[in-house]
Amino acid sequence: MIRQLLRPRLRSRRIGPLAAGVVALLAATLLAAAGLALAGYDPAAAGRALVSGAFGSWERFASITLVRATPLILTGLAVALAFRAGVWNIGAEGQLYAGAVAAVWVGLTFPGAPAWLLLPGAMAAAAVAGGLWTLVPVGLKLRAGVGEVITTILMNFVAIHTVAWLVHGPLQEARGVFPQTDPVALAARLPRLGSGRLHAGFPVAVVLAGALWWLLRHSAWGFRVRAVGASIRAAAVSGRIHTGRVVLGAFLLSGMLAGLAGGVEVAGVTFALYENLSPGYGYTAIAVALLAGLNPLAVLLAAGFFGVLQAGAAAMQRDVGVPAVWVSAIEALVILAVVAADRFLRRGMAGKGGG
Amino acid sequence: MDAAALQAFLEASVRLGAPLALAALGETISERAGVINIGLEGSIIGGALGGALGALLTGSPGAGVLAGAMAGTAIAGVFALFAITLNADQIIVGTAVTLGGLGITGVVYQSVFGATGTALTLPTLPALPLPGLSALPALGPALFSQAWTTYLAYLLAPALWYYLFRTRWGLELRAVGEEPTAADAAGIRVRRTRVLAVLGAGFLAGIAGAHLALAHAGTFAEGMSAGRGFIAIAVVVLGRWNPLLVLLASLFFGAASALQFELQAVFANVPYQLLLAFPYLLTLAALAGWIGRSRAPAALARPWPPRSGE
Repeated sequence: MIRQLLRPRLRSRRIGPLAAGVVALLAATLLAAAGLALAGYDPAAAGRALVSGAFGSWERFASITLVRATPLILTGLAVALAFRAGVWNIGAEGQLYAGAVAAVWVGLTFPGAPAWLLLPGAMAAAAVAGGLWTLVPVGLKLRAGVGEVITTILMNFVAIHTVAWLVHGPLQEARGVFPQTDPVALAARLPRLGSGRLHAGFPVAVVLAGALWWLLRHSAWGFRVRAVGASIRAAAVSGRIHTGRVVLGAFLLSGMLAGLAGGVEVAGVTFALYENLSPGYGYTAIAVALLAGLNPLAVLLAAGFFGVLQAGAAAMQRDVGVPAVWVSAIEALVILAVVAADRFLRRGMAGKGGG
Repeated sequence: MDAAALQAFLEASVRLGAPLALAALGETISERAGVINIGLEGSIIGGALGGALGALLTGSPGAGVLAGAMAGTAIAGVFALFAITLNADQIIVGTAVTLGGLGITGVVYQSVFGATGTALTLPTLPALPLPGLSALPALGPALFSQAWTTYLAYLLAPALWYYLFRTRWGLELRAVGEEPTAADAAGIRVRRTRVLAVLGAGFLAGIAGAHLALAHAGTFAEGMSAGRGFIAIAVVVLGRWNPLLVLLASLFFGAASALQFELQAVFANVPYQLLLAFPYLLTLAALAGWIGRSRAPAALARPWPPRSGE
């Protein structure tokens, strides 16, 4: 699947990925509606609640939907970059938490620092922490040959329990009542855009998507990443690519993007650290990246789609009583629909027996 | 640690290790056939909910285990459809199946029991002391005074070892996992073998989930599988794809998990949230120290038929 996504030349360039995405979304929507009807809910009412919850007004769209989409863009970019390089980073969730911890720590520790120093410092710390959180899986992959799928997942659990410990222990608020940290200094918070809750993290994420797209498409480094992802053996045999270094770089950068997602979430939305800060952004990111065909610009659209779903799900639960966890079932449906649509398109193009 | 505490620790080790063993033994077979199923977690949580609902509806924990096994098999069936029949990427399909399993069990649970979740009390699987064996000193009660699902794990380990390494069918299954193209040329039906292996693994993972709900907790909670599917996959690596070693590795991890309760008692000043991370850290450490000496089936996670020209 990934190998195919990596070789857009072999599919009809304009229609292929787009058609797969649209077909997949249609199929997933129909299945989701059928599931709701089966469970005894009114799918039309649920759909209306979802749309009005996500798009009801500009205020709501900016304050809820785009705010939700922001961490999905950053983690989606993280996953897309890793998968492009053939690295199975399933650990964006843990890397996000590592970044959130670092940003909160900086924001709490240097309250007197000026904003021009504190905010970038906190964001840099978040990115570095996210990168560091990949070091164990990277080391095990490159040194011991242990696959990163399991190790990154295990690191997610380590991160979640570590956060639980921090907010019950060393970083707990001064009052000591709730398992959360004190709010970070004002100077460590991202500025708001307009009157709503939309914060500067959103444009930053959009710019990073553009930058990553350019890097992957037009830089020598991007070429090496794509080559290693397409076939690490071929890349190694070519003799011109240091494959270990490329894997290391892509893995670290992927972790940094996910860590930044955690930092942005803390500096822009929550201002404090607590358990369940992320409703599984790091896992949704996999659906985002796949729906986007691993293209950083398309990640913007895919993250927007899941932002709509998550924003709408809250309204759906409030108005129609559909449990909000339905969203993760829909995410799974989208992933499966994307891979199925991809397989069918490919078979159709390759002719019989080509699949 | 006095004798009674040691007894309790050993008993807890086996009780926590048994669901890991069931899931990991199934995954051993599917990996030997060349399929890595990251969706195992989805089958476990499905089995837990299926087990809970089945036991609740019938009042019989045994029927609950069967319902859990069916739920686990059904979820594995989704994986098999996409990863084998459609030949899509195993890692991606497995991730989706786990996400979907956690989501759908949450939806079903909330729509049956309400969003807040009432404290659910289920009929539990009783401990069945085996006459004679359970009276052995020290290990007797821990090993042989457990729910019957635990004994299933003990019996399956040697049975699956014999199947894999001493029967023609086992040889064929391993051929599918090592050299599927050669196996195909030899007349072995590669896809059918893989689908059956995956369904069998889902069946066992479903029993593992039902065991969690019915032998451990006596209740169901969303996300109660808590990553056991992923640990089971790591346990398969540690057990070098050999059912006997996989059973031992599972019990070892059961002991590691049970140890966190002991450590809580001994090191009262170590926060328990850190102890909760202990099994995951231990798994990582074990993978780091151990892996060099084992080799995965050659065709593991590779699509088949190979997608040349794509």
